[in-house]
Amino acid sequence: MNKTFNNLKTFYHKLGSSPWFYKISGITIPYVALFSFLFLSIGIVWGVFFSPTDFKQGDVYRIIYMHVPAASVSQAIYYTMTVAAVVSMIWRMKMAGIFIKSMAPIGASFTFLALISGSIWGQPTWGTWWIWDARLTSTLVLFIFYIAIISLYSSFSEKKSADQAVSILTLVGAVNLPIIKKSVDWWNTLHQPASIKFTQSSSISPEMLYPLIISIFGFYLVVLLSGLMAMRAEIAKREINKEWFKNY
Amino acid sequence: MIKIRKNRLYAVLFIFGSSLLATVLVLTALNQNINLFYSPSDLFASNPSPNKSIRVGGLVQKGSLVRIPDSLEINFTITDLKEEVTVNYSGILPDLFKEDAGVVATGYYDQINNSFQAFEILAKHDENYEPKEVVQALEGK
Repeated sequence: MNKTFNNLKTFYHKLGSSPWFYKISGITIPYVALFSFLFLSIGIVWGVFFSPTDFKQGDVYRIIYMHVPAASVSQAIYYTMTVAAVVSMIWRMKMAGIFIKSMAPIGASFTFLALISGSIWGQPTWGTWWIWDARLTSTLVLFIFYIAIISLYSSFSEKKSADQAVSILTLVGAVNLPIIKKSVDWWNTLHQPASIKFTQSSSISPEMLYPLIISIFGFYLVVLLSGLMAMRAEIAKREINKEWFKNY
Repeated sequence: MIKIRKNRLYAVLFIFGSSLLATVLVLTALNQNINLFYSPSDLFASNPSPNKSIRVGGLVQKGSLVRIPDSLEINFTITDLKEEVTVNYSGILPDLFKEDAGVVATGYYDQINNSFQAFEILAKHDENYEPKEVVQALEGK
């Protein structure tokens, strides 16, 4: 038990070291790229071309293979940014600031993709591109928080104060996350409740669910890949004059 | 944990707690307005003004849909399985609009006749996805 804790502590300290991260990410990026390509292409091709047609919505439902993964990662990225914000505020870990700075544009992109794909799906099924219901509005708020984080960061010239200010803003925006998740249960919305359930059987049939899960996995790998690349670029930007970087 | 980090932890908890409190207060105050639509039961309970446009949502009652010939006009009943309200609408309908399926209508409520004059109809579908072939095979049995 004590040994496990010590290993975790060592790992935590290593994560805080930018040279270590720069080295490890350089090694892992090609593998992550390969697997994200595999999972994403299998998930999307299977979903779009080989999964069965839905009994109610017909073929238009196939946008689910893009909409649900994008919506899922857009929230997951914000959760990880919240953890990084807490670490950055309490331990002043430099890497936590780099993490938030690098992930915010990726989160914004996927939230945008979720909003757009949802809009394209809504028009033929619901009959409207947009409606101010609780699920759509709270997702738009998430997008605005990402944009606010990016703009707040760029308004500072000093990295240390930028990291602290952005951490506070990230923490405030975290309140929105449970609202997005529970909005369809707490209020009347046009958006339907979740189809993939963890505690009971899902309301989407297995032959439609499997490609969806592969596609979701592929999206998470793409986020991991782009996150690693963005963080490497940010480390290089901040530490270009450091001794270790010159010798790398 | 050293003292300065403990103080920072309190700051984190304070920031998160205060934004949570603010949000909960706002959401509580707005609770009725966040709901996208009234169910027919809510409609009877809250008695909205006939001059204000509102939304009513529920299921299109089976067997209630009447199409007026040579026009885009339709009549149907929205039910929440407790109460119901008659809707009149003239215009284009979304593809998923049909009997026994979810619907959200925007328009004006006339309490005296318990009728609803809609100017927009949206379809609300549920979270169930099934292959077409499977459903057709089951229905064929």
